[in-house]
Amino acid sequence: MLKKRIIPCLDIRNGRTVKGIRFGDIRDAGDPVELAKRYVAEGADELVFLDITATLENRKTLTKLVTRIATEINIPFTVGGGINTAEDAKILIDAGADKISVNSAAIMRPELISEIALLFGSQCVVLALDTKFTENDWKVFRSGGSIATDRNATEWAQQGASLGAGEILLTSMNGDGTKNGFSLDICREVSEAVSIPVIASGGAGTKEHFSEVFSQTKVSAALAASVFHFGEIPIPELKLYLKTKNIPVR
Amino acid sequence: MIAILKYNAGNAVSVENAVQRLGYQTVITDDFALLKTAAKVIIPGVGAAAPAMNYLKEKGLDDIIKSLTQPVLGICLGMQLLCDWSEESDTQTLGIFKNKVLKFPPKDLVPHTGWNNFISVKGSLFENVQPQDNCYFVHSYYAELSEETTAVTDYILPFSAALQKDNFYGTQFHPEKSAGPGLQILKNFLQL
Repeated sequence: MLKKRIIPCLDIRNGRTVKGIRFGDIRDAGDPVELAKRYVAEGADELVFLDITATLENRKTLTKLVTRIATEINIPFTVGGGINTAEDAKILIDAGADKISVNSAAIMRPELISEIALLFGSQCVVLALDTKFTENDWKVFRSGGSIATDRNATEWAQQGASLGAGEILLTSMNGDGTKNGFSLDICREVSEAVSIPVIASGGAGTKEHFSEVFSQTKVSAALAASVFHFGEIPIPELKLYLKTKNIPVR
Repeated sequence: MIAILKYNAGNAVSVENAVQRLGYQTVITDDFALLKTAAKVIIPGVGAAAPAMNYLKEKGLDDIIKSLTQPVLGICLGMQLLCDWSEESDTQTLGIFKNKVLKFPPKDLVPHTGWNNFISVKGSLFENVQPQDNCYFVHSYYAELSEETTAVTDYILPFSAALQKDNFYGTQFHPEKSAGPGLQILKNFLQL
């Protein structure tokens, strides 16, 4: 049986892992490679590295860091941040990344999704989508959550899937950093609207939050950062708990 | 020396890292002589069938691969390229395995993404590997079952998680990304 995935996310700034609350107030959380190795040993199913300042500062993602990560770990990892062209994606894949996540650049130029998918296959393309409930609608935000767009989250997810995205990384900005739980309504809506895997992100604070999002929505994976970085929820403990709730995990 | 095929698809670096972690020397190459004389050849695989096949043909690598006599391991797309035909852009592939490669019917999420176990495993690649072990899959197309199937996984339908014919081996999952069980499978291949 296919297992539900637990994915620690490492937000990267200037080569360090950082963690913010509601896309601001950045705290240092250590060396990304050391953290990555710890998570592999603990049984993380996959890792996501997001260069959170790449788009804002127009920087290319940290290819050297990707090379270091790839030599140290033997589970899949996704890299995102500042990927504007298929050539950017190729550099990161050549350095050892398994998947590429695109966000702002795909909003500006949706065909970027197709370009990367054509070159490397859909399974390589993760459409990262930051959304916030505003004016009675789940609106998509871009540029690290700083700029609102007029897109609806579910519609953009569907469009991304039809353009060739292989996965949706759905971050609720309402939930992000709050530890109040995943935004179940938008997780449910998007995971029922697309036929590709959805990764729920934003709001994990307790083990119950993970079992909730898996039992009440169709998401394939759940992503979190601070609860893992600061040791609040050890991954082995989380997986044992999910097994007692009959959620299939590795 | 373990040769990892250099072509226009495939995350050769991840495979190289994994093989090197097991203590083997590697070379990522499309050089005919190196491929012919390597102890083992690995065809990595992240990408799309049609451009990969076109590239292999242009470079004459299709005939080289077919002529190899040492153990050869195709991973993911690398395995699918060793099959007979792929529904992905209606692509004629190398035809070492008789299997056809088909698109998953849309009865569940496609691509099949994540960790999955096996219904059954057999053969030298799976020594010290149990059916309940999980390996990492990510693919939208699958190889049908045949007498060359050495591991079966069920997702939407039972499909070939691994194939073997003579000196040719294939895994649909990514052993280089499958933590402990993946390491064991790679080790088994490298010790053939």
